[in-house]
Amino acid sequence: MPTQQAESARPPNGESAGLGRGGRPADRPPRPVRDGIGLGLAVGISGVAFGAAAVSSGLTVWQACVLSMLAFTGASQFALVGVIAGGGSLLAGTAGAILLGSRNTLYGLRLAEVLRPRGLFRVPAALAVIDETTAITLAQPDPAAAKKAFTATFWCLYVTWNLATLGGALGAGRIGSPQAFGLDVVGPAAFLALIWPRLKTGRTERLVALAGVALALATTSVLPVGVPVILAATAALAGALAAPGAQDSPASASSRRAAAAPNDSSPRDAI
Amino acid sequence: MTATWIAVLATAAGCYALKLAGLTVPQRILADARMRRFAELVPVALLAALSAVQTVTNGQAFDLDPARLAGLGAAVVALVLRAPFLAVIVVAAATAAILRATGIS
Repeated sequence: MPTQQAESARPPNGESAGLGRGGRPADRPPRPVRDGIGLGLAVGISGVAFGAAAVSSGLTVWQACVLSMLAFTGASQFALVGVIAGGGSLLAGTAGAILLGSRNTLYGLRLAEVLRPRGLFRVPAALAVIDETTAITLAQPDPAAAKKAFTATFWCLYVTWNLATLGGALGAGRIGSPQAFGLDVVGPAAFLALIWPRLKTGRTERLVALAGVALALATTSVLPVGVPVILAATAALAGALAAPGAQDSPASASSRRAAAAPNDSSPRDAI
Repeated sequence: MTATWIAVLATAAGCYALKLAGLTVPQRILADARMRRFAELVPVALLAALSAVQTVTNGQAFDLDPARLAGLGAAVVALVLRAPFLAVIVVAAATAAILRATGIS
């Protein structure tokens, strides 16, 4: 397919410059840092809820802060304090919280390919591997933007989440609930927005997303909190085994994406 | 050291180790086309499921909060209209906040 090869050989900047004249929304340059900071602030503030929940479950302010600093993964943190608050055993709470952390392992597989972290850099980088950083990093059009997005989202979210945890643990939650500002919708809206371009361009992606949602919702009432989301990974496994795209070599997949880009004015997922 | 501290530190260590494990898995396992495709599709499946679960459930129960549903609906409209990312999340949060503030939901 000569046309596709010609398209894919064109530098990404050339494409943007050519299409940018019309001022169409998606032709704006990617804003990895600005988007990362915005998401970091909005999601990080929810740390207030975690700090408050932790202290009311019986943790000390320090214990709440250590969890946010070192575990730094909301679902696991909430799981641990939820079990403690419910009077469950510490062992069960710890095991559940760690189980929930396993989705970050799956994210790391993909992030390692995009970010190519080397040697000791992986030690600090690992702390940053969570839902938000993964979503925003993988939505970037190229590895350079992906690195910027990963770093900006992590720092902003880490600082905000930890300050908010401290604030919540000290009683800042009484000032106003994050829900009053609609912050409980920020996560769901952000995750949807960040996978949106992939849902638009890939039939397998749409099917996998729908199957993941169906699996998670169908098992919500019978499995411990957080596990249904991990179960959604089986939809990805099924998609990888069943979809014709599974046979694509990386090169052909990327040239197909590059070729599709000029017709699709959504932000591209080229990584 | 109290038992609670042990639980806190074990959770932190376990969560960190799982994160590090993903980043340090040898990249050659992604040489297999199906494995590579799986790694590509995992964030799509998990983030879609997470978005749905956070929107319509609370713990193990379904919780159809009208303001939250309207917020996500507004986000979808913004996405269809090709709004930039930050506009999408601002529209979603503002919709939920306004509905709650006005007592409509």
